[in-house]
Amino acid sequence: MTIDLKTIKHIAKLSRISLEDEKAQKLATDLSSIFEFIEKLNELNTKDVAPLTSIAETTLKFRKDEVKSENLREKILKNSPSDNEDFFVVPKVVE
Amino acid sequence: MTDITSLTLTELVKNIKDKNLSSTEITKAFVERSEKSKELNTYITEDFTSAINKAKKFDEKPNFDLKLPGIPIAVKDLFCTIGVKTTAGSKILNNFIPTYESTVTQNIWNQGAILLGKLNCDEFAMGSSNETSFFGNVQNPIDKNLVPGGSSGGSSSSLTANLTPVTIGTDTGGSIRQPASFTGTVGLKPTYGSCSRYGIVAFASSLDQAGPMSKNVKDCSLLLEVISSYDPKDSTSIEFKRNKYSEELTNNIKGKKIGIPKEYRVEGMSNEIEELWKKGIEYIKECGAEVIDISLPHTNYALPAYYIVAPAEASSNLARYDGVKYGFRTKGENLIDMYEKTRSDGFGNEVKRRIMIGTYVLSSGYYDAYYLKAQKVRRLIKKDFDQAYSKVDAILTPSTPSSAFKIGEKTNDPISMYLNDIFTVPVNLAGLPGISIPAGVDKKGYPLGLQIIGKAFDEQTILNIAYSMEEKINFKNKITDWWIK
Repeated sequence: MTIDLKTIKHIAKLSRISLEDEKAQKLATDLSSIFEFIEKLNELNTKDVAPLTSIAETTLKFRKDEVKSENLREKILKNSPSDNEDFFVVPKVVE
Repeated sequence: MTDITSLTLTELVKNIKDKNLSSTEITKAFVERSEKSKELNTYITEDFTSAINKAKKFDEKPNFDLKLPGIPIAVKDLFCTIGVKTTAGSKILNNFIPTYESTVTQNIWNQGAILLGKLNCDEFAMGSSNETSFFGNVQNPIDKNLVPGGSSGGSSSSLTANLTPVTIGTDTGGSIRQPASFTGTVGLKPTYGSCSRYGIVAFASSLDQAGPMSKNVKDCSLLLEVISSYDPKDSTSIEFKRNKYSEELTNNIKGKKIGIPKEYRVEGMSNEIEELWKKGIEYIKECGAEVIDISLPHTNYALPAYYIVAPAEASSNLARYDGVKYGFRTKGENLIDMYEKTRSDGFGNEVKRRIMIGTYVLSSGYYDAYYLKAQKVRRLIKKDFDQAYSKVDAILTPSTPSSAFKIGEKTNDPISMYLNDIFTVPVNLAGLPGISIPAGVDKKGYPLGLQIIGKAFDEQTILNIAYSMEEKINFKNKITDWWIK
């Protein structure tokens, strides 16, 4: 399968990754060859096969809803590039 | 006495318990050698001063009942370590200081071990040569300009160079076993659910497992014993009776049935690998085990299925890196622009490639054709193994289709890079345990590994087989210390 430039730009948009034209072209080539490789799967008839969604066949356990960690707000905010001591700060979203 | 850093973990523990060596002496020896080994570029973050202080503290009040008393250990930089920078080999996490500790590393510290530092790896563990790391290539101590494998390349290199007595890596498609094979060391990927994923930077959640890397099988069994635990903090952690792997280790494998899958004889595989495999089969017979030909018919479909499942999960896991909560941000005109620019600058090419593959196979109109299809094929691959294990106790294969390659040799061709994991990927898809042990060298003198794949939760059997083969193979790495300054 060939993945064209338009599709690459669409995927980049969905992935929230900005892409210059030059890089987009290279990615189109790479992804085309990868999808060609992936399409080997079409040789297999999987009509009656159930998808394997989890390898660990366990049921989720219940636990008490308790707060166990200390107050880490300050430390967590410190990892962010911009904060005002109480919140993460992002560029203005509302006009 | 021989150089401290060349001792195995088991030997170091014995020396500490016998009071021949102190934790401080051992830690200093590894720190000094690491200081002289910068050219290998194995460390992203060194924690040497703190390590020596911790060693001194241990020596003041030693507890010899612990399994890793005062032993310094460096770990892959994919494990979150509280208060110590954790980057996952990425620019986007370059300033990230975790507020919590991964369960696997916590298990190690609980047994008396001391953090030496954080080891280089492919960015978000996506790579087979450590060349995708933001922090640069890692050298393989075996030869100059040779890749150490990946993604746990800093780990395999440090181990072979005697910069850490053992280490832990993570394995999503071969990231422990392939670098172990490339460096003449032992690496084990446990059964999915054995070792907690809590606090490990996520790549592909249904495939990721942490595991031990070591100089021999005995050390591997001891470290597995320490890191394997049920953890309520990981919803896919599994409660089962874990063996005392090191105590129960035996070289008696008489009567065990070992399967040889014909589908692993792949096109283009070198004669050397074929010969090595044959030799491995002979050793197994000499150990008293029975060898049986088996078939895993869907082997060839494992890699294509993996390159749908793993990127799909990665694209979802990596959505959190958006310039808001973690250290790196590129300014943009608005929120979306900031997201896009941050992710474009913060991620390397391979990571971007995989996020985009993942986004595409999960996108509207393509989900059934790709993602659902891959999950169905994953079922078929698991069934192959289930059927084989009705006849055999374990399976013997080569670890990789070739020995280590030169830095830069495969960077322009993603598919040829992906093919490195052809023998290791099926094991992750089926959630099984697999171990790679050094089994010989090729014409160039580069190490080659053999892989033993076990039944789910039966790490003990593959360790025992590896242990008995190790005795017969008697492999010794030839290291010239060419990088020492």
